[in-house]
Formats: sequence, C-alpha cells, structure tokens
Amino acid sequence: MKTLWSRRRPVLLKDVALESVLFKRRAAQGFAIIVLALLVLIARYGWLQVIEHGSLSTAAEQNRIKSRPLPPSRGLIYDRNGVLLAENVLEYRLEIVPEQAGDVMATVAAITAVIRIDPEDLERFGQLRQSQRRFHSLPIKFHLSEEEVARFAVNRYRFPGVEVVPYLKRFYPLGADLGHVIGYVGRIGTEDRERLDDPRYSATTHIGKTGIERYYEDRLLGQVGYEQVETNAEGRALRVLGRVAPKPGQNLYLALDARLQQAAIAAFEGRPGVAVAIDPNNGEVLCMVSQPSFDPNWFVNGISRQNYTDLLAASRRPLFDRTLLGGYEPGSTIKPFIAMAGLELGVRTPSDTVFSTGEFHLPGQAKGYRDWKKGGHGRIDLHESLAQSVNTYYYQLANDLGIDRLSSYLAGFGFGQATGIDLNGEAVGVLPSRAWKQARYGKAWYPGETVISGIGQGYWVVTPIQLAAALATLAGNGIHHRPHLLRATQASFDAVIVPVPALAQGAPLIGNATHLAAVHDGMVAVMHGPTGTARRVGANAPYQIAGKSGTAQRVTSAKRSASGNLNAPESFRNQALFMAYAPAAQPTIAVVVVVEHGESGSRAAGPIARHILDVYLLGAAAPPWVSPVPASAASAPLAPAAEVKPIAEPAR
Amino acid sequence: MIDRDLLGAIRRRWQRWWQRSRLDLPLLGALLLVATVGLLVLFSASAEDPQQVLNQALRLGFGFAVLLVFSRLPPMWFRMLTPWFYLGTLGLLVLVLLLGEGRGANRWLDLKLLRFQPAELAKLALPMMVAWYLHTRALPPRWRDLWVSCLLIAVPALLIAKQPDLGTALLVSASGVFVVFLAGLAWRRILLLLGLGAASVPLFWHFMHEYQRNRVRMFLDPEADPLGNGWNIIQSKIAVGSGGLFGKGFMDSTQARLDFLPEHTTDFIFAVFSEEFGLLGVTALIAVYLFIIGRGLWIAANARDSWSRLLAGSLSMTFFVYVMVNGGMIAGLMPVVGVPMPLISYGGTSAVSLLAGFGLLMSIHSHRRLG
Repeated sequence: MKTLWSRRRPVLLKDVALESVLFKRRAAQGFAIIVLALLVLIARYGWLQVIEHGSLSTAAEQNRIKSRPLPPSRGLIYDRNGVLLAENVLEYRLEIVPEQAGDVMATVAAITAVIRIDPEDLERFGQLRQSQRRFHSLPIKFHLSEEEVARFAVNRYRFPGVEVVPYLKRFYPLGADLGHVIGYVGRIGTEDRERLDDPRYSATTHIGKTGIERYYEDRLLGQVGYEQVETNAEGRALRVLGRVAPKPGQNLYLALDARLQQAAIAAFEGRPGVAVAIDPNNGEVLCMVSQPSFDPNWFVNGISRQNYTDLLAASRRPLFDRTLLGGYEPGSTIKPFIAMAGLELGVRTPSDTVFSTGEFHLPGQAKGYRDWKKGGHGRIDLHESLAQSVNTYYYQLANDLGIDRLSSYLAGFGFGQATGIDLNGEAVGVLPSRAWKQARYGKAWYPGETVISGIGQGYWVVTPIQLAAALATLAGNGIHHRPHLLRATQASFDAVIVPVPALAQGAPLIGNATHLAAVHDGMVAVMHGPTGTARRVGANAPYQIAGKSGTAQRVTSAKRSASGNLNAPESFRNQALFMAYAPAAQPTIAVVVVVEHGESGSRAAGPIARHILDVYLLGAAAPPWVSPVPASAASAPLAPAAEVKPIAEPAR
Repeated sequence: MIDRDLLGAIRRRWQRWWQRSRLDLPLLGALLLVATVGLLVLFSASAEDPQQVLNQALRLGFGFAVLLVFSRLPPMWFRMLTPWFYLGTLGLLVLVLLLGEGRGANRWLDLKLLRFQPAELAKLALPMMVAWYLHTRALPPRWRDLWVSCLLIAVPALLIAKQPDLGTALLVSASGVFVVFLAGLAWRRILLLLGLGAASVPLFWHFMHEYQRNRVRMFLDPEADPLGNGWNIIQSKIAVGSGGLFGKGFMDSTQARLDFLPEHTTDFIFAVFSEEFGLLGVTALIAVYLFIIGRGLWIAANARDSWSRLLAGSLSMTFFVYVMVNGGMIAGLMPVVGVPMPLISYGGTSAVSLLAGFGLLMSIHSHRRLG
C-alpha cells in the first residue's frame, strides 16, 4: 500500500518522523560548521591580539601620539663690548581659528572695528586659509601695539576663536648702522627649499638671509625641541604628553665696536662711501661701514613692495654692500705696497733716488705720465716718494720691477683674491697681470700698463676689505691675519663666553726689518712730515699715525679698456681714498676710508679716518667730529649716476 | 504566617504568569546580556553620548516588546499569514526602489508615520516563505522544489541588492538557503550549487557597484590605499590588535576616542569592544552568541511541525551569519560589507527585526511538542 502510493505520487509522501530525524541531523551538521567557523574567527582575533599585538599596538600609539616641533630661540648677536646688535623681542599677533570663529569673514569684519587690519594682512590671511586646516590657528595681523592688545582684551568675549598670541621677532636695535654686516633674517621661502626639508627647521619660520645672520646661520639657529601630543584622526592636538625643550642658538660676540661704527657713520654725514677698520694684531674687523645703508628690520617679516622698490631704485644703492662688493681703483694707496716690492725684490734700496720732472716717459715713447705737481718734485728717495706721493718714482719702479714681479709680490698681500672674511659673497677685485689680461681680454700686455699699475691705476680694482686686510698685514709687520668678525661665542645666557680659536696666521711676508721700517717711516711722514700730503689730517694727534691717501677715478669698463691716460679731467667724480694705522710704533688699528665723489683722499676721506682712529684710541677723550665739508660744497648737487661699478652681484 | 501565605501567593502567581508568558529564559537571558554589553560599548564608542545610548536603549526596548508580543502568538498564525506577508514585502521592496530615500542608497521608505527599511521585513518574510513552501512537500526537497525555493529567494534578494544593500541581500538570501539546507537537501546537490555559485563570481563582479568592487579590492590588499579605501580595514585591525589579550579597559579605546576608527558606533563597534576587552572579551561574547545559536537550533529541533522547525533553524543560523560577517570584516577576514554586529551595533531597524525573529522562536518554543 505504502509502496504503491509512493510509486504513484512520490512527491506527496511525507514521513514526519523521518523529516524530524533528518532535520536534527542537519541542525547538528550546521551547528558543527558554525562552531568550526566561530573557532576560525576566534583564532583570527587571537592572531591579531596575541601574535600581532606588538606591531599593532605600536601602530595605535603612532596614530595617537604625534611629535610637534618647538622652535628654538635664535642666538643673539653682540658687539665686542657687549652691545646688543640682534635680539629677539616679544611681540603679539592676532590669530583666528576658523573652525571656532564660525563665519570667518564676518568675524574679521567685526575685528576691523577694534583693530586696524590692512589689505595686505587680509591677502596673506586668505592665502593661509587656503592651505591650512580649519582648526589650525592662522595669524591675521602681526606686531600689535600695546594699545591694540588692550583694546582687543576688552572686546575679547565678542570674538570666539580669536586670540592674541605672543611670539619672538628678530629685532636689530642699531638698525641701518649695521644693516650690511649683521644682515637680516627673513621668512623661509622657496629659495631655501633644501632648508625646508631639513628637520632642524621643522619649527622655524625665519632664516638668515644676508650678513652675519646668514654666514653663522648654523650657530645661531639652535636645536629644535619636541612636544609629544595626543592627536585625533584629524590631527587636532588634545593634550601634551611629554616635552623636549628646544635649545637656543649660540650667542655671537663680534669683533665690531658699535661705538666706532656709529662714530664713523656720523663722520660720513650722509656721503656715500666705506670705512673698514681691522686690528692688525689678529685680523679682527672693528668697524665696517657702507654708506648709505638700510634698516634690516624692514625685511624681517617681509618688506612691503613699495619699500623694496624704493630701496632698489635709490641712486646710491643702499642695499649694495660697498665693503665687500665695491670695486675701487686703489690709486696712490697702492704705493707703499709697490715700494715694499721694490725693496724686498732688491730693485731698490731706501736711499735710491729718482728725478721727478713732472712727466715720465718710457724710452722711445712720446706719451707722458704725469706727476700731480707741475714741474715735478725733483730728486726723490723712498721716504719722500711716499710723503709727497711722487708718481714718477713709482712709474720708474713699476717699470724696473716689470708687471710679473709686481703682481706676484702684491698677490702676497691678498690683492686679486677673496680675503676669506666671515661673510658671504665678497668680490675678488683685479690684480693686474699678464695672465689676468689674457684671460679677461685675450690681449697681450703693454709696457705702459705696467707704468700706471705702479700708481694703482689701469686695471686695478680693490675692495675696501681687501685694501684694509693688506694694510693690516703691512701694519702687523708683514704677518697676515684673515679678517674676521666673530670673536667669541656663548652657548646660552649663563654659559661662559668662549673666544673663537685664533685663525692660522700667514708666513711673514717681509723678510727684512729695515725695509719695513723704511716704508713705515715714509707713511708716518705722510701724516707728520713737513712735506706730507696728509699733514693736516695728522696734525695735533696725541699718537703717531702712518697713512697714505689716494685719489682715483671711478672704475668703469670704458676706463679699463682705455690706454690708461691720466689726462681725464679731475672732477667730483673722483673717489677719495685714505688708509692709516696707529699708533705707528705698535699699531692696534688699521683703517681704510673711501668717500665717493670726494675731492681728494686726504681732504675728504682723511678726516673720517682720523676721527675713527681718535675714537678708537682715545675713547671718551676723542675730540668731537668737526665737519670739514664747507656748507657750499655740502649743498652742491651730486652726480646722479651710480658711482661704483659692482664687480659681482650680491649672492643671494 | 500571613507573610508566608503572601509570599507563597506571589510565587504562585509569578509561576503562572511565567508559564503563560511562554518565554525561553536561557535564550532571553543571553539576548538581554548581549544587549546590555552593547549599550555599554556604545556608551564608550560614542564618547559617552547619553543621547545615542538612550536612543539605542529605546530601540532595543521596542525590539524586546515586539519579542514579547510575538512570543504569545501561536506559530500557526504566522504560518497562515506567510504568503501575504511575503507578497506585501515584495511590493514594498519594489516601492522603495521607485521612491525610496536614504544617503547613497534607496533603502528607506517614508510612510509619514513610520520610516523603515522594507529589507528588514524581508529578513523574516523570506525564510518564512521558503519554509512555508517546503513544509507541505516531502523532504528532502526534490529538484523542482529546489528551483521554486531559489526563485523565492532570488527575487527579494535581487531587489535588495539593487538598492544597493549588499549586506542585507546577503543576510536575506542566507536565511533562505539555510531553510533549504535544513530541509535536508542532499550534500552532492549542495556541492553542485556551490560550484555553480563559484563559477558565477565573475558575473557578480560585473554587476557590482564600483564602491563594492573597491571594498573587495581593499580586503585583498588594504595597504594599496591606506588613507583612502584601505583606511577602515587598517584602522580596525589596529584597534583589534592593540587590544591584546586583556584589552585596554572599558572606555580606554584610543582608536575610537580619537576618531581613527570610522563608523565606530555602527558597523565597526565590535572593533571598539575588541580593543577595550581583548581576546578574552571577544571569546566570551562569541561564546554567548554561539549559545544563542545553539539554543535556537535546539528549539527548532523540538518544534512541533516542519514549518516551525525550518524557520527556527534558519533564523538561528542567520544570526551566525551576522556574527561571522561582521566579526570577519573587523578582523580583516572578509571584505567590508554593511552587516551589523547583532544587538551591539548602533542602529534600530536590524535590532528590531532580529528581536522580532527571536519572538517567532519564542512562539515556536512555547508551542513545542511536549514530553
């Protein structure tokens, strides 16, 4: 019955008991599979939570804890007497956290009623907003005055998400007085790209751009500190877990004497020019004036476009550092070095004489080379050649030496080479030689060029720092010291001031002490002798001075390619040079002064050099500066064109 | 003496009420335990947001109320309504595709008074319908029954997948497949179907949305895009692994507190649990889930008729799919699919449909064969 039924309608057969058994078996099988699967799941959690626990814990910590760099405070710069030249001052800026401020532009508009916000500030703020996340604090105005800070404090409740934040700003108390030497810091920009990736700059916004600030950037920077901050996934800091304090940069003590620097600047009375003073005993640079100058404070937080355009367009080029880059013809200031070459190379003895007729001729040439005095100086020895600055003596001497011996000997004094001063981008000048002319113009050397090289004209180009270094070598008995500004460093405020180790000095350049004495006496006679060209400068000095003036034409390329004729009319276009060292017996200062548009070296530059010597050697007892410039001359119009030809553009 | 009488009277009344309530105490206890743990984890994961915890508690309360109501109704009732319920659900699924709303996917149906996802209804309607179809047939199912069952499963599953809601489609089809499995489909046929399924994977890939493909790609290689598509998996694994054996402690999850873990109150809440309670907590919770599944299968085995058996068994095994898919996703064992951890993930509709399902189980339990 059952089988028959099932054969006919097998589908409808329903065995309830069998189905129940079947279900139980299936349920048991299903449960077994489920248990197995859940065991696999637990095993997977076990793998993650036991085997990989270490690395995943680290990953969680790295998620959670971020290192936030803290900026170190930049080292301070002092002069040799501890006068502050660069410091960090506390200033206040206004910052907005866009996320907390709600409608940012409405907030800004409301703030404007309390604190003036310039369009430039708004523009910068707009750019920052593009690049930063909403919960980052963005500066909208720097350099708040105390009044603004107070006014904001009263209205603070009206501006959620707006804060007054203190920050350290680089400040140069002496401003333009040391603009070229100290230089300035500026915001790290695209040109400092390699610095941007440097972890030492991870918290620093400014970097030394020029001068000492740039050269000693690594010492001034300091070490970045770190803060361990717990952050969420958006990068917002929630709390500080730990801190490694930043280490401030080294304080630098420069050899500069700020008092001397300011006295020198005062003596220039606004005339363009240069004064460089070096201690011949060690090469320390005591003052370094380049006039006109600029205020480095303008550059710290970005100079306005207008100010920068004005600085670049100024006819006297205040941004141009004449001490390192100004190329001048040395003129008669080269004579003591030529004289030394003659003595040391055995071409002259101190008593050898030359007869000055007022005009010097090379054998077989019609062209004459003049003395400054009509009719000549008569029979002249070395002593008088320096005292009276007799050109004929040096025409003859240069001709007797020949250009090869002349230039190779003078190279020993550092002409035609960088001095190696601790500043960037100095120019090398030109020491005339056959090789230089061949390389520069591809032409052979003419004997006439040797003659005018003897009085510091022709191809000659020196920078003031070069001439000062050479003078210091002469004053220091022929021992060369590399000129340098850094004198000592200090790790922090309470640390000891550590002098910079003495730089290696050069081998003595002058073998014979009588030769040295002869040139030295000649230079003293310039200042104090009855015939001395600068006897008015040396008058009434309570110490003995050795010096030499020079009056030269400006360096132009047109002049360089000319034959070296001295017949060009003398005019206000002359450069007045003066170099001197004192006290003559035991010099402690050697100074070079250049006054552009000066009438003559001894009249325009001499008094400034004398004043620098007075201030340095006599201190408070120094007589006050008396202007030698007649009122009429001072008001006379000056040449409008740039008077100095830059040898190299300042390296940026 | 009066006291003793009173106590006795209370006890008797309680016993009578309990017998009439028709609840399976161990199953209810386990469900309440998981729900309580869920609220605690939510409290931590939501950064102590009382509003979220209250919302979830209300939803769970509603779910348990549905459970109580369902448990008192006879299973026969549900069985009779099954075809209409199934057809109604299909209608709503079509409706939601036409005028549904929801972020990114059309899942929600706004009935003015009530906003809900019809797909949640399908979680109950589908296994009910397949069980309804098979319960009159001789078991194990023949080929013809199998094809009809497949059709019953495929129509709602495809409608849900179209929304697109792959996670729910997966759960819904699994519940139907489990009915067929429990009906005793021969193993060789199961293997054959599995083979067919594997062969049609490329076809699925073709019909998948780009975001779904990305999820699979990221599952295979999360490091390829650690800040984009791979972020969820990587951060979830970090949360789990950093929990270690004993966990970081309640409320001490850094991954969730600091927002590294995405969706840390909903799909990824189990990662927070793992981070705070470690392997021990994970094992304990999975053990409770396993107990719920086992208890459900036990109720099914003792059910009075074929429909009840198949439905109860399918609901229990579907519960496992929730745990496995969500737990596997969080541990990087499976691709990211929107399947919640049952009774723990924040979000009401799945909790209500789950508890309604357990209401059906309770109803079946209380109408079991006795003796």
